[in-house]
Amino acid sequence: MRLVINKIVLFLSTLAALMGLMFLFWILITLTLKGINALNIHIFTNDLVNNGLRNLLIGQFILAFLAVIIGVPIGMIAGIYLQEYSFDNKYAAFIRNLSDVMMSAPSIVIGTFIYAIVVMPFGHMSGWAGALALAVMMIPIIVRTTDDMLGLVPRELREAGIAIGAPKYKVIFDIILKAAKVGIMTGFLLAFARIIGETAPLLFTSGNNEYFTLDLNREFPSLTVAIYNLSTMPDKNLVDIAWAGAFLLTLFVLVINLLGRYIVKEKKR
Amino acid sequence: MNLEKVMDIKNFSFTYAGAEKPSLKKINLPVYEKKVTALIGPSGCGKSTLLRSLNRIHDLYPGNRYEGEILLKNQKTKEMENIFNYKKENELINLRQRVGMIFQKPTPFPMSIYDNIAYGLRLQGKKDKKELDERVEAALKGAALWDEVKERLKDDARGLSGGQQQRLCIARAIAVEPEVLLMDEPTSALDPISTVAIEELVTKLKDKVTIVIVTHNMQQASRISDFTAYMYLGELIEFGTTEQIFLNPKKKNTADYISGKFG
Amino acid sequence: MENIFKRLSALNATTILFLLTGIFVVLFLYAKPAIKEYGIKFLIDPRWGVSINPNKPSNNQDKAVVNQDNENIVVEEEDIGGNVPVDQEEIIQTDEEDIAINDEDALSQKSKVIYGGLIPIVGTVLSTVIAMAFAVPIAMGIAVFLSEIAPFYISKPVGVAIELLAAIPSIIYGMWGLFYFGPVVSRIFGGGSVGLLVAGLVLGIMIIPFMASLSRDSMNTTPSVLKESAYAMGATKFEVIKDVIFPYAKSGIIGSMILALGRALGETMAVAFVIGGVFKLPEKITDPSVSIPVVLANNFAESSGMSLSALFYLALILFVISFLVISFAKFYFLRDKK
Repeated sequence: MRLVINKIVLFLSTLAALMGLMFLFWILITLTLKGINALNIHIFTNDLVNNGLRNLLIGQFILAFLAVIIGVPIGMIAGIYLQEYSFDNKYAAFIRNLSDVMMSAPSIVIGTFIYAIVVMPFGHMSGWAGALALAVMMIPIIVRTTDDMLGLVPRELREAGIAIGAPKYKVIFDIILKAAKVGIMTGFLLAFARIIGETAPLLFTSGNNEYFTLDLNREFPSLTVAIYNLSTMPDKNLVDIAWAGAFLLTLFVLVINLLGRYIVKEKKR
Repeated sequence: MNLEKVMDIKNFSFTYAGAEKPSLKKINLPVYEKKVTALIGPSGCGKSTLLRSLNRIHDLYPGNRYEGEILLKNQKTKEMENIFNYKKENELINLRQRVGMIFQKPTPFPMSIYDNIAYGLRLQGKKDKKELDERVEAALKGAALWDEVKERLKDDARGLSGGQQQRLCIARAIAVEPEVLLMDEPTSALDPISTVAIEELVTKLKDKVTIVIVTHNMQQASRISDFTAYMYLGELIEFGTTEQIFLNPKKKNTADYISGKFG
Repeated sequence: MENIFKRLSALNATTILFLLTGIFVVLFLYAKPAIKEYGIKFLIDPRWGVSINPNKPSNNQDKAVVNQDNENIVVEEEDIGGNVPVDQEEIIQTDEEDIAINDEDALSQKSKVIYGGLIPIVGTVLSTVIAMAFAVPIAMGIAVFLSEIAPFYISKPVGVAIELLAAIPSIIYGMWGLFYFGPVVSRIFGGGSVGLLVAGLVLGIMIIPFMASLSRDSMNTTPSVLKESAYAMGATKFEVIKDVIFPYAKSGIIGSMILALGRALGETMAVAFVIGGVFKLPEKITDPSVSIPVVLANNFAESSGMSLSALFYLALILFVISFLVISFAKFYFLRDKK
């Protein structure tokens, strides 16, 4: 009897795993088929107004990149504080927990926050607002990454830096950060991959723009927002463009994730 | 023997942050110039804690408490100064350049071999390329590493073997010409051959620098040190010449430890 | 220099605190008119953007709901937009905290627009419940399969695949749900190809990889000595899983479930495509409805006045709930993780 139960449970578990995998492959396969089908050179050379994705791809990159430029210094220095200066006092534990909670905060709520403090005062949506929303999402991820990666640097290395007569901030910048460089950069890369696929915080902060623009004071082209808008349109051509965009986005995110894995593996070796 | 004290530990007690009882109790210990002093004793006796007090590396972590004095000879005035009177950051930095330190595990900085050595010199404000080159070469020769690395000074220091890394750390420490060099079980993470190389290096270095070494290995203490301090449960039990401690210990506890009855 | 940097770094860490309290305070301030107007009853009021005529107080609530249904099924964005002028008028007038339709109000105002959060709240809760009911067994199956059943050469690549799938942007799940999964579900369970059931299932599929990989990680922390000693006593694999691994990894597994729950609660894009976006209390599980994030996503940019304030109220509710859920998971289950 025990053996029968054992068999049944193992079978069910394997079945669940297969079912989960089936869904996930179903998604990937439809995405790839629809995406590749819709891909063509016009997609890359035309803007949305001419049924292309060029301005959207560039726009999404700019937004995510700006978020990195805003979010990384703040998050990194905060992470340095947690690991290097706080000595695990209560305040640091509190901030650590808050940061983790913030990392899981609903992204749409961050959008409403930026809407309230940026979009409403200025009276219109803008690229800056979108980049800020993404930066707010990014900061806790960067804090966590920096904190974790610095934590892997052996204590002796810090002491050796101090023992040679370096002031602490120099030890941090010349030695500790360099020692943790690969891990931190990989973490940033993954954080970038995560925010570049965000839609909800951009919907009513940067909005979308059919035309190519680099003017961050105006509504800004965004691939993800466009995917959302296009795929609910009745026009089949527009839906196909959305599929092409979705495919490119996923491809990019997955490639970055694989790259991150590869780097980590190389480093361990 | 013409002995002169370069450091003098007087009535020194040390309590870790958050601990109630002191880890070191009223230690009195002289450190003689250009000699090797070994600190021995079973795990947890406080020998590393004492060593780490000598360059105040404990100050890196808040809340540790000191009592008593640790005196260090000022090379200009020849007077003994209490290192706990140093309050400003640059005084502490100066102390650490005068009292260098080698750790259990090799701690190569994540930079080239050359930059590892030059780092401390640059911190002192030396920028002249030629002077740096000379000092780096001298330090590497002093640590018996020059011949092995002279072809690849620009390589990442973390690519060296464990023994080479430890000698690199010694070279890095002696490059800034410290008066005292603290070594915290410098060979415990190394293979026997590298250990021999480090031990030879220690014997060679004592012409120029005073060395205080913590070791678990009693044979090592007897091979390389001139003086030995035996510690037990945070107290200094016995201090004397290495010969006397090993051949003719005065206290029973010392004798038991030396003969391997515990520890 | 050293001190400057030290202060700066502490200041930066405090940014996190500023941001979180900032979000809370800002949402609260903007939600205040709605909170003042509707109070706690907002949570149980099923009317959204409904004009009521207080001159005919009898029975109007039921009617309003019925009207609402008819209007809203078309395109609800228009509906909200249409209400904007009324809202502004209302803001000027309103000082009353009481939302009950009493006779004094009826005399002073001709008509009034009511916003209540019940429908999106119910939609959020139901879609999350469906998602969890669907995801938990499958995710646990995957976790057990990866950590205990599959040989290394299978568990490694499958594990990597699962982790990669957790990285796919949620908008992809929503899109797939709309075009492929929704029609399949409607063929099997009836109803339209959008609705609560489809939304919940898509949400479930989205959180499966996340939940499975976290649970697998905590199952993998079980020391093999423990497992081996159980096997040595003649336990079957199932008994080892049930009696050794689950108890050992319990807090990590529950923690991962709650984190996934938090994710499902606040998810916008995977749901927005497939829930229907209709302000209607669902009668069947296959009915279209709406969830808080979807209401925000669809209506935020076009709203102003009281309707915007009501949206901020919803955002605040969502923020507080997910904050509590995640904090709960952190403090009670994932503590040892530092």
